[in-house]
Formats: sequence, structure tokens, C-alpha cells
Amino acid sequence: MSPSTVELAKKLATLLSRHKGQRCEITQLVALSGGANNQTWRFSVPSSTGGGDNYILRLSSVQTDQGMTKEVEADIQRAAGAAHIPVAPVTWVLTPQDSIGSGYIMSLVEGETIPRKILRDEQYAQMRNQMAFSCGQHAARIHAIDPLKLAGLELMDVDTQISQYEEVYRGSGMRLPVIELALRWIHNNRPTPVPPQIVHGDYRNGNFIVGPEGIRAILDWELAHLGDPMEDLAWLCVNSWRYGNWDKPVGGFGQREDLFSGYETISGTPIDPCRVHFWEVMGTLKWGIMCMMMSASDEQSGPLAVERAVIGRRTSETELDLLELLTGDR
Amino acid sequence: MPESNPTTVQLVEAVCAFLENDVMPSSQDRLAFDTRVAVNALKIVARELRLGASLDESEQQRLSGLLGQNGSLDALNDLLTAQINTGVLDSDTPDLMNHLYQTTMGKLQIDNPRYSTYKRLHDKGKNGDQGSLS
Repeated sequence: MSPSTVELAKKLATLLSRHKGQRCEITQLVALSGGANNQTWRFSVPSSTGGGDNYILRLSSVQTDQGMTKEVEADIQRAAGAAHIPVAPVTWVLTPQDSIGSGYIMSLVEGETIPRKILRDEQYAQMRNQMAFSCGQHAARIHAIDPLKLAGLELMDVDTQISQYEEVYRGSGMRLPVIELALRWIHNNRPTPVPPQIVHGDYRNGNFIVGPEGIRAILDWELAHLGDPMEDLAWLCVNSWRYGNWDKPVGGFGQREDLFSGYETISGTPIDPCRVHFWEVMGTLKWGIMCMMMSASDEQSGPLAVERAVIGRRTSETELDLLELLTGDR
Repeated sequence: MPESNPTTVQLVEAVCAFLENDVMPSSQDRLAFDTRVAVNALKIVARELRLGASLDESEQQRLSGLLGQNGSLDALNDLLTAQINTGVLDSDTPDLMNHLYQTTMGKLQIDNPRYSTYKRLHDKGKNGDQGSLS
């Protein structure tokens, strides 16, 4: 373990000991992912009687002005749990006295998150048939959470998103005819605004922990916002998240009809497929612009990390998908 | 530039083979992942070296026809984006969509010919420079 990891383990031990009212030891502390600002760690607290508990720490070491705070993220995850949406239970939110940073700890949910395995492995075959319907039900439950119960969520309605992404694209200096065409289509076809509801914001294959029996937890609530709920259903259908199974539009595992009927059983209101289609175009455009930006760099900052560099070349994938979406040949 | 041997493509492919056959099997975790990404990056470079010039040439020819004027590829694309932006050309213009499909299929041929939408359209014959779109 590096000195900073040892330090973190010590601080976590203090925190856990305080909360559990007994001396706790931290083992198997490993970083699962993370850059400078956002980190995800996994660790275990062995029990004296054998076994023990496994936890996930979500940590933001530097609080920037952009994005939601970890406290809000913990709040929404707890609200989702209370609304019977499968999420990892949030156990403790960090406080300044923990001197770890801003973040929270949740119980580790075992299961599979890697989309290609979820789409391929035999043990998930049964579950896959139900997954689109379940995704619809869970989405409807997310959207039914009372927005007044949660503070700190940004309003990201259709107009906000269009101007935000258009600004990023224009600022990039790139000239991509297909992106221009899609932006024009987006402007001409934007749906009438709806009363803002809670939107997960990154509802896709890759953010679900599954087991052979179904979805065990929905992950990554940090992009949650107030907006048009159909954004979530559409994002799940963006071709980039079908991992090659283009004929199964819902995450590569299911059909839109099942997603929609699952949704309607909970929401009680029929879905307008045109609105979902709009958001699928918007989602594809957003992902294309994100790919472009992730690999943008100025000359001074030196060469890009190889993964960041290559992702820029994925913009063309979204351009082809946009052409397909705009010509209606789906 | 005088002709060199090995060619640029051969140099890139040599590095690619080295990474794939020698580095990758003896690395793991993050290094193995990044090596695979590096191999992908070099494969893009090799495909662009092979195909880039002729794809650019056909793109330029199509643009000249579509816009009714000559110019550099950059200048023609500037004009095209401006005309799309102002609505002079839109998705109801068959020649425009034909051009955009062919150009984008060309980009995918370099960036990721394994992409599902590319493969599906390629199999339907929707990519050729003969380019008949139905």
C-alpha cells in the first residue's frame, strides 16, 4: 500500500470504529477507479467472529463548482432506496471531522456490471429477457420521487442541454457536417417542456449491478438532475450502450415495447415514443460531443493519455448513428 | 518526400505487432488494458495511412458536385456546414444524405470498422463509392 493509501485506511478505521462503537480494522483497501477529483474505493471490515462487511467509498477529494456534491449524491441514493429502487445502501456520509474529503460509504453489492458479460453469459440468459421491463419499472420509480424532497439538483431541461452541448461543440472549433445537421434537427424537433422530474442522468447498461435473478443495484447517481424523464429511457437505448446488439435497442438486451410497458405499469401514463426518439437523438449527439471533448487538449498540456486520445475517434460512431436516427431507417 | 523502406504503414504495423505479441501477454491490469488501447490507436493510424488520401479525394469530389464549386476539402466542408447550419441543405436533400453517409462510412472504415452500425450498413451495401442509397 502506498503511504496515502495507508493514511486513508487509518482514517477509515477511525470513522468505522466511531460509527460501529468498536475497534475496526480496514483490510483490502483498493482504488476501483478514479482521477484526481472523483475516486471509488473498496474495502473490508473483518468481523472478530469471522466474515465481515464489504464497503464502497465514493470520494471527491477536491470540491469543484461543477457537478453535484457527494452529500447530494448520497441523499438521492438514499431517496431512491426509500422508493424501492435497487441501490447500494448508503451507510455513512463523511463529515469534516473525518478529514477524508467529501464523500460517502455504502455497502458493497456483489454482482456483474460489465455490459459484455451481462449480455453474453449464460447465467444471465433468463434475467436478460426480463431486464428491459424491469428497467422500465425502475425508471418510473425514479421519476416518481418527489423533487421537493431533494435539494441541490440542477435543472437540466431540454433547452439547457441543447445550449450547453451546442456551446461545447462550437467552442471546440471542429466542423462536423453530421453534428451540424443533428443540431439543426434537435432545434426544429424539440419537444414541449414537461414539469421537471428527477432524472437519473446516466441510466444505461454499465451502471447496473446484476445477478442471475435481476438488477441488484443502480449505480452512478452523480449526474442526476431535474428534467424530462424520457431522457433516461432514451439514453438506455443509445446504440453505444448496446455493445454490438443493435437489434436489441434497450441496452443490447431488450425491446423498447418491454421497456415502455414496464414503465407504464408503474407510472400509469402512456409513453410518447416520439419524445423518447427525440431524446435518443439528443443522447447520441451528447455522447458524440463528449467523446470529442474527452480527447480535446491544448498543445501546452502535452500528449493525451492513450485511452483519452482514442475515445475522440468514437465520435464518428455517433455520427453514423445520428444519420440512421435522422433518416428514420431504424 | 523520397520513398522510404519500410513504408510508414509497415513501421506502424511492426510496432503494433510488437505490442500485441510481446508486450500484451506479459502485462496485466491497467498496463494490459492501455496496451490494447495503444494497439487500437496504431491500427487506426495504419488504416488512415492506407485509406485516408483516397477517401479525402472522393469526399472532395462529392462536395464539389454537391456545392457546385471547387476548393480545398477544408474550404468545401466549411461551406457545407454553413449551408446545413442555415438550412439551405437539410435531410430532405438526397445528395446531401448520400454524401454524409459515404463520408461517415469512410470515417468508420478508419476509426472502427467493427462498429455495429458500420457492419450492418456495410453488409447492406450502403457504403460503396458507387454509393447508391435506396
